Amino acid sequence: MTPQQGSGTVLIIRGARLEGGDAADLRIEDGVIAEVGHGLSAPGASVADADGLIALPGLVDLHTHLREPGYEASETVLTGSRAAAAGGYAAVFAMPNTSPVADTAGVVEQELALGEAAGYVHVQPIGAVTVGQRGERLAELGAMADSRARVRVFSDDGFCVWDPLIMRRALEYVKAFDGVIAQHAQDPRLTEGAQLNEGAVSAELGLAGWPAVAEESIIARDVLLAEHVGSRLHVCHLSTAGSVDIVRWAKKRGVHVTAEVTPHHLLLTDELARGYDARFKVNPPLRREEDVQAVREGLADGTIDIVATDHAPHPAEAKACEWQAAANGMVGLESALRVVHQAMVETGLLEWADVARVMSRTPARIGRLDGYGTPLEPGAPASLVLYDPSATGPFTAADLRGRSVNSPYLGRELPGSVRWTIHRGAVTVRDGELQELGA
Amino acid sequence: MRHLLDTKTLAREDALRILDVAEDMADTQQREMKKLPALRGKTVVNLFFEDSTRTRISFEAAAKRLSADVINFSAKGSSLSKGESLQDTAQTLQAMGADAVVIRHGASGAPRTLATSGWISAGVVNAGDGTHEHPTQALLDAFTIRKRRFGADSRGRDLEGLRVTIVGDILHSRVARSNVWLLDTLGAEVTLVAPPTLVPQDVSAWPVRVLYDLDDALAEGADALMMLRIQLERMNAAYFPTEREYSRRWGLDPRRLTSLGADSIVLHPGPMNRGLEISAEAADSARSTVLDQVTNGVSVRMAALYLLLAGERDADDREDVR
Repeated sequence: MTPQQGSGTVLIIRGARLEGGDAADLRIEDGVIAEVGHGLSAPGASVADADGLIALPGLVDLHTHLREPGYEASETVLTGSRAAAAGGYAAVFAMPNTSPVADTAGVVEQELALGEAAGYVHVQPIGAVTVGQRGERLAELGAMADSRARVRVFSDDGFCVWDPLIMRRALEYVKAFDGVIAQHAQDPRLTEGAQLNEGAVSAELGLAGWPAVAEESIIARDVLLAEHVGSRLHVCHLSTAGSVDIVRWAKKRGVHVTAEVTPHHLLLTDELARGYDARFKVNPPLRREEDVQAVREGLADGTIDIVATDHAPHPAEAKACEWQAAANGMVGLESALRVVHQAMVETGLLEWADVARVMSRTPARIGRLDGYGTPLEPGAPASLVLYDPSATGPFTAADLRGRSVNSPYLGRELPGSVRWTIHRGAVTVRDGELQELGA
Repeated sequence: MRHLLDTKTLAREDALRILDVAEDMADTQQREMKKLPALRGKTVVNLFFEDSTRTRISFEAAAKRLSADVINFSAKGSSLSKGESLQDTAQTLQAMGADAVVIRHGASGAPRTLATSGWISAGVVNAGDGTHEHPTQALLDAFTIRKRRFGADSRGRDLEGLRVTIVGDILHSRVARSNVWLLDTLGAEVTLVAPPTLVPQDVSAWPVRVLYDLDDALAEGADALMMLRIQLERMNAAYFPTEREYSRRWGLDPRRLTSLGADSIVLHPGPMNRGLEISAEAADSARSTVLDQVTNGVSVRMAALYLLLAGERDADDREDVR
């Protein structure tokens, strides 16, 4: 766990609407919320005027790519942590597709230490399910679980654990330490060379199709496996209407399945691919309008448990090229809350308290991450974000704080603005400005 | 005309203008002295990331007959095969002063990326991109159909009411896509005939009818029948079981050839697989327009290059180069 920061200093947050409800003051001291009330004051305290701002528990991202070790030209733990803080995050789960792959206790402990050194957010490593993410042999899941990184989420993200026997064994094995398998659901045979959602747009553009069924068939198989062995399954970046139906059905049966949706699948469609602008190339691909509506409804009715960014930084040259040659992925940490605001809150599908649930409380719970996603109450760790819902403006490169700029939102109007982010008492964003830590 | 990237967004009047200018170009090609001075001093680059001798020499002949300087830039043995990016290649061509870039690329959308990236100010002509479009092929096909139908009276006419049937691998065919959009724009009725595996999964937005049975399609009659090349490696990806079965169900064999109406013509974009999608009898029959298509291809490409390069560009068309 990250050491407590900001000890000795006192911060009064004045007049924040707690999870969008009634306004209150918060006194933060020694890294915890010391008091919640009205008219709070403390000698020598600094004051954050939060009039009109919404306070949410610090956001928790269950699906981030930090690229270090191995791909530091795209992102490092430090730069990704800064991007996370800028977006209102207090914790991110780092996917294991680094080089070397995070498939041993040594690599996950290195990742953890890099996060602690950066200090902006808690970096919680995710371990690979199989050695080298090759889908053939289980990695030493227990060693990663017992390591200082206390890994509870395992994923071969980027690759599907396609072999049904390996998937079954992984689901069973992690029960020993209350782990969960986070599956990247993609049948590899049905998606060979796939470039874009298979449908009317791919037909016209002449891009090889990525059919919805390649996702849905794996999710259907996996929920049945999870039911059979009584294990926890988490579905990464669910993107189709059919997937929502399958998860809804599985939950009715009592299967221990949770699911995430990305901000971009809540807002963007495959129509954006028409100009062959590779900023819109992502895996799973942007889907149809019907799918966007279905994942929104799924998130609203609880079928989908959380929003996770799938923040995937890439260097400029990996996107400034022909579509087929371009890398999959988009950065998303800095824009996620604003996109959820637009797609879910402005549409009336979620209240702010629900946003706290799907972007902080539940992701922390799925990942078994203690001390995050906790309520804004006395005694809780002081990790929170103060968000101005009335702000408007285009999303620009100045909003990006990581090393890469492959955002699909550049130039797009998005509501809201992250004004303050506080991680265990340490102010990482102050009045809209990312702070320099450790100076 | 700033670029020629696709037929999907090509307006009817622009398509007819290209076809009519191509008629003028074709007339000049009947003369002993075929060369025109129209593009003297202009530089046309043939940027071919995929091998395609037929298309490249057609563009090369077109540019040379308009007196343009031609630079052929092919992938093999050049920096392109050493991993140079499209951006660096484009900027190199810009620095050399290319006025038009004719691009053939294996990736769908590469011509649009080239045209819209800001890397280059030259006009871009799509000479075939992946499985997306091949607009000059569709234009030469339309020119050929019109010429066979209306002869010397072709100018200004569209293809209203003509029935065109396209047979073969629609899924992977840029020729089919460009023809679907252009033929529809020109008023023709388009029918696609293919194994269900070789039709895109969702063609609900296409202005076509899709049939799986070639004999049913032929029984309804067609003014023009376009046979697409089948690539044999498709067999290995389970699109169809064997060459023999494909040929039997979707090939233009002598029996089907004789069932065609008196005025029906047979097109093929080449190169042909004789005995597979088209029989020798069909390829060599009087209905076949295969060689006309090659000849007309030069005229149509002359027209496209001429309209891209000879006219004054609108002020709006001038784009800053990053």
